Amino acid sequence: MNELQPVLLNYLPVIIFLVIGLGLCFAFLLVSTILAPSKPDPEKLSAYECGFEAFDDARLKFDVRFYLVAILFIIFDLEVAFLFPWAVSLGTIGVFGFWSMVVFLGVLTVGFIYEWRSGALEWE
Amino acid sequence: MEVIAFSILSAIVLIAAFCVIAARNPVHSVLFLILAFFTSSGLLVLIGAEFLAMLLIVVYVGAVAVLFLFVVMMLDVDFVELKQGFLNYAPFGGVVALVFFAEIALVASAMGASRPETFDASPNAETNVEAIGQVMYTDYLLLFQISGIVLLIAMIGAIVLTLRHRPGVRRQSVEEQTGRKRADAVELKDVRPGQGI
Repeated sequence: MNELQPVLLNYLPVIIFLVIGLGLCFAFLLVSTILAPSKPDPEKLSAYECGFEAFDDARLKFDVRFYLVAILFIIFDLEVAFLFPWAVSLGTIGVFGFWSMVVFLGVLTVGFIYEWRSGALEWE
Repeated sequence: MEVIAFSILSAIVLIAAFCVIAARNPVHSVLFLILAFFTSSGLLVLIGAEFLAMLLIVVYVGAVAVLFLFVVMMLDVDFVELKQGFLNYAPFGGVVALVFFAEIALVASAMGASRPETFDASPNAETNVEAIGQVMYTDYLLLFQISGIVLLIAMIGAIVLTLRHRPGVRRQSVEEQTGRKRADAVELKDVRPGQGI
C-alpha cells in the first residue's frame, strides 16, 4: 500500500484538473440557472420546421459507411497503442524486438493497401 | 486515502453499470457505459496499471463508445416497442446471468484453493509501459503477431461486409482538375457580324 502512494501523488495535477473542470461546469450551470430569466413555454421546446408541423422523427438511420470509418479508425488506434510500449522499451528489446514490430506493421500494411485499393477510404 | 478513492470509484462503476441496463433511452445507456469505462480506468490507476488505464480511455472511451453510438443510431429502434419484448427475453437473459455467476464462482473457488505465486515478468522495468514492452514483442512474439492478424481480419471483414459502391456517383478528380490546360478549356472563335458560329 505504501509503495503505491508516490504513484498516486503523481496524479495530483490530474485530480486538481478534474476538480477545477467539474467545478467550472457546475458553476456555469448554477449561475445561468440563477441569473437567467426563466419563462418556460411548450412552444419554445417544440420543433420548428419552417412553420409546418414536424414531418417525422429526427432519428433516422445512419448510413452504414459511418460505421465502417469508425471500425477502421479503431483498428489503427489499436495499432498505435501497440507502438507505445515498443517505443519506450526499444533500447532493451534490441534488434529482434524491432523486427518483430516491423512484421506486425507489415501485416497491417497489407490490410491498409487492401483498404485503399478497394475504395473504403473514399467518400462517395 | 486509497480505500476512500477505491470505494468512491467502484460505487460509481456499479451505479453506472446498473444505469446502462436500466436507462430507457439507448443513447443514455451508451453515455452511462462511457462513464463506467472512464471510472474503471481510475480503478486501474489505483492498482498501478497506468498504461492499461490510459489504453482503456483511448480505445474504449475514444473509439468503442463511438461505435456503440453509431449502432444505436443505425438500429432506428422504436423505444416503446423495445420495452414490450422484455418478458419474452427475461428467461433467456436469466439463464445467461446464471451461467456467468456459476463461472465466476468456479474461478473464485479455484483461486482460493491454489493461488499462483505472483511473478514479475520483467523485473528491471521502471514503469508498467516498459514492463509490457520488454516482454510483449520478444517473449510473447507469437501472441503479438496473432493479434496483428486478428486486426487484419477485422479490417478486411468490416470492408467486405459493409462496403457497397453506388453506381453513377460523380467524383472530383484532383489530378484532372489541376492538369487542365487553357487550350483544353477555352476555344476562341472569330465570329463575323450577322453570322452564327
